[in-house]
Amino acid sequence: MDIRTLLDHTALSQTLDRLAYQIYERHLDFEDVALVSLQPRGVELGRRVHERLKKLSGEEMIHHGELDITFYRDDFRRRDGVLVPAKTNLDFSIEGKEIVLIDDVLFTGRTVRSGLDALLDFGRPANVELLVLIDRRYSRELPVQPDYTGRTVDVVKDERVQVEWSENDKNNRVTLFSEQND
Amino acid sequence: MTSLSTKHLLGIKDITLEDINLIFQTADNFKEVINRPIKKVPSLRDVTIANVFFENSTRTKLSFELAEKRLSADVINFSASSSSVKKGESLVDTVSNILAMKVDMVVMRHPNPGAHIHLARHVDCSIINAGDGAHEHPTQALLDAYSLRERVGDLKGLKILIVGDILHSRVALSNVFCLQKLGAEVRVCGPATLIPKHMESLGVKVMLNFEEALKWCDVVNMLRIQMERQDIQYFPTLREYTMQYGLSRELLYKVGKKDIVVMHPGPINRGVEITSDMADSEFSIILDQVENGVAIRMAVLYLLAGDASSN
Repeated sequence: MDIRTLLDHTALSQTLDRLAYQIYERHLDFEDVALVSLQPRGVELGRRVHERLKKLSGEEMIHHGELDITFYRDDFRRRDGVLVPAKTNLDFSIEGKEIVLIDDVLFTGRTVRSGLDALLDFGRPANVELLVLIDRRYSRELPVQPDYTGRTVDVVKDERVQVEWSENDKNNRVTLFSEQND
Repeated sequence: MTSLSTKHLLGIKDITLEDINLIFQTADNFKEVINRPIKKVPSLRDVTIANVFFENSTRTKLSFELAEKRLSADVINFSASSSSVKKGESLVDTVSNILAMKVDMVVMRHPNPGAHIHLARHVDCSIINAGDGAHEHPTQALLDAYSLRERVGDLKGLKILIVGDILHSRVALSNVFCLQKLGAEVRVCGPATLIPKHMESLGVKVMLNFEEALKWCDVVNMLRIQMERQDIQYFPTLREYTMQYGLSRELLYKVGKKDIVVMHPGPINRGVEITSDMADSEFSIILDQVENGVAIRMAVLYLLAGDASSN
């Protein structure tokens, strides 16, 4: 197995800063903005972007929710076993809000498609943007593109991108695994 | 990724504690779904479910149908009174005919105990028991335990009393299996004529005196007297039954109980097994049971339908 680091702790931290700045630049007024992280892996990323955005804008109240998409997946009954859902936690109305949907790795685009369906069941937002930490180019199965991208990478199908968040936030990193066929 | 240990839900007796916990965990999520503005998810949109009822039912059928529709499944309903069962068709033939129309799951209620087990051996689809005679009613037991857990937390060591017509009750038997698996202690109480013979062999103590039993328990589950199933006279009059086994606030105070949880699987006969006041009191979780019924049934359908390896 071959492991390559795409973003080490420092680079990742800078990328998160930049993403927060980009959201800040595009929105300025945060009364109607809400971050919505996709369960399970978008949540850790969303929490960090949310923290940075609060500091940056000086706003204490920026909405942040977690959305589970298990019931909206398109591979239900097409795989072995059942996926156990995670918590959805949206304690605000998304009606008329500007939503930033957050996930860690954008690959086929199917998760985002499910995420949009799940989100729209809660109301009609003014608009929806997509933020991803890693955009795997040339692997899309649906026409989905991000508005905010941490890093764009070109990887082949049998390689896997993994985002690791450490508990004390001191050793976060993004790595690329490639399974060698023996 | 997890799955239930079974392809069917025939009874609580055959499922494991892990299964029960998985159903509860999934039901938590569906409970959140049914409290949303749009109470529907598309999970089962390519699944067709037949509700086959050989016996009358209002709330169970309604609850299952609602659960199926909130999962976006296609639903067909079938009741024995309007079917060819009257024309002499066998159970396996009836269900095979329904399945030939590309139905994926069957929810069935049947007056004969074990009808589901027989059917599961002969047809190739998931079968969910919505009550078979006086045998089992698994989803009712699951929603009872789930509602109880919501009110009191862990059920381990909890003392639960089931009162009334135990002999004709499928709710009682499923409840016993489910609550014991979750670590609770269950006892039953009622007129000796309405207690089945081998109750003790399940580890369930029989108490004939309601006042003493009430003193013992933390939770009381009041069952209805099933007049329609009573072929002979099991007790002199309803009035006498109410005096001996009816739950009222006066009785509760008389035995010195300050706190208790009151459950009832419905339909309630107000003024018979329970006073109107108690049914609507702060002790009662009867309406929570009804609400949770939909979430529990959604969880069971979702978990049974979702495993592609068993399709």
